[in-house]
Amino acid sequence: MIVLGIETSCDETGVGIVRRHADGTLELLADEVASSVEEHARFGGVVPEIASRAHLQAMAPTMRRALDTAGLELSTVDAIAVTAGPGLAGALMVGVAAAKAYSTASGKPLYGVNHLAGHVAADTIEHGPLPPRCLALLVSGGHSQLLLVEGLTEKITEIGATIDDAAGEAYDKVARILGLPYPGGPPIDKLAKQGNPRAIAFPRGLTGQRDAPFDFSFSGLKTAVARWVEKHEATGAEIPLADVAASFQEAVADVLTAKAIRAAREHEVDTMVISGGVAANSRLGELARERCAEAGITLRVPRPRLCTDNGAMIAALGAHVVASGAKPSPATLAADTSLPLVYGS
Amino acid sequence: MLVLALDTATPAVTAGVVALDGDAPPELLAERVTVDPRAHTELLTPHVTAALDEAGVRLDQLDAIVCGSGPGPFTGLRVGMVTGAALGQALGIPVHPVSTLDAIAYATPFHTSLLVVTDARRREVYWSVYCDQGWRVAGPHVDKPDVVAAKLADELEPIGVTEVSGPVAQQHAELFGLTVLPTTYPTPVGLVGAAAWPLREGAEPEPLTPLYLRQPDAVEPGARKRVSQA
Repeated sequence: MIVLGIETSCDETGVGIVRRHADGTLELLADEVASSVEEHARFGGVVPEIASRAHLQAMAPTMRRALDTAGLELSTVDAIAVTAGPGLAGALMVGVAAAKAYSTASGKPLYGVNHLAGHVAADTIEHGPLPPRCLALLVSGGHSQLLLVEGLTEKITEIGATIDDAAGEAYDKVARILGLPYPGGPPIDKLAKQGNPRAIAFPRGLTGQRDAPFDFSFSGLKTAVARWVEKHEATGAEIPLADVAASFQEAVADVLTAKAIRAAREHEVDTMVISGGVAANSRLGELARERCAEAGITLRVPRPRLCTDNGAMIAALGAHVVASGAKPSPATLAADTSLPLVYGS
Repeated sequence: MLVLALDTATPAVTAGVVALDGDAPPELLAERVTVDPRAHTELLTPHVTAALDEAGVRLDQLDAIVCGSGPGPFTGLRVGMVTGAALGQALGIPVHPVSTLDAIAYATPFHTSLLVVTDARRREVYWSVYCDQGWRVAGPHVDKPDVVAAKLADELEPIGVTEVSGPVAQQHAELFGLTVLPTTYPTPVGLVGAAAWPLREGAEPEPLTPLYLRQPDAVEPGARKRVSQA
């Protein structure tokens, strides 16, 4: 079975194609992404209208490249999947409208699926089907969540989420404080390698006794970094940028992995998936490997290309949804920013 | 030839099948129109399917697509544009963009010169002016209604505009001092009529670029604000 996936929930226009074999394993046939990230850089964050305009221009060319890479035509795929939510409403609408048109023109069934479940499904492309129960930590510029996954097409429960900024958003804001470019993840990661992660004890948000154990907060951390930098600027001392970057990064990686491990233990799962753009962060990966090994938890992380937003993860989720026997979405499918995690629920 | 016409640049979700043969005016075979500014994504492809069914035309019999390119509120406008682009790509047929205001003008039986206005939100209107021969002589632009009224009395005065049509014609007619004509939303016949020349000539379609007329609302951040007390 061959499924084509379309993703436009934020600033990447993605079209991916996968083949699902009878044993549940996937084969990646195409993964084309057009990004508008450079157009957002000078604004320090994604501008929804700019992203939506870029999706409209990129949609047909990205589709063409994906079909050419796979050596297929629309008539030779079995189904089309599209991110119907959550995400930026105007951006989602471009992908959903396009997917409906491709489905109508080709007569192929259409499945509107959840973006976050797609991030988890991304891991099944390279690493095969998930165990019956696992924990997923999704960290990106738009999301920071802990999900208990008891079947990608059956039961996914959100057990924690950020109450303010997403982890990737904190990276972008701290990068700005340190005079680094947008997006902030890669430059902070690079600079942090030359710094001391224990130089400054930045706060770990929501880790008090009475705090929600699996929720995240990164807004206070960002403010703490700003205060520390301003205090040192006032003394006229040179800011130890590498130490600030390393200490900030340590605080983020520490709190993400500590909460994820605690959630895995509490919910008695032995597999953890980390996905989303921030999953590519080197310190997060290192600390997660270390702590998962100590706790006897199997860690699964898709390769960086599949961690960030892409169409292949939507094709992967779509393939599992089709295989589950679910009915296609109705002809009146629309973007839904509060779409449930499990298809059809 | 058989042409599919789409437009989502106004609160109307419009799809229709139109025959364009020889020098005869476009002939409507079937249409589906729903006025609901929040239902563009939801209803456009079902409307396409329903109009084709009623016309007894299969998708693979279509020769071309005409797509309203605005100006119009951005999110809705893009639904029609991306639907047209995707259908055209999948079916391997040309997609011709045409100004939604031109389509309204084409379908309006006017006598002298015509102003077409649609809602641009933010208390502004999108507008164009058409001479008695049917050609667009001003626009498309986006302005506050009183600015349009001032231009009609000043630089556009020699054109002699006496009539107005479009979805918001009625509410501004008094300000403009013009007679309101009944055509409101773009129709499939208007869309195909406004694109009749490139369709008949088999001309290469213009790029499928929406007429946004406004830059995205985005401001480059200034100097970072301090978080600590000075």
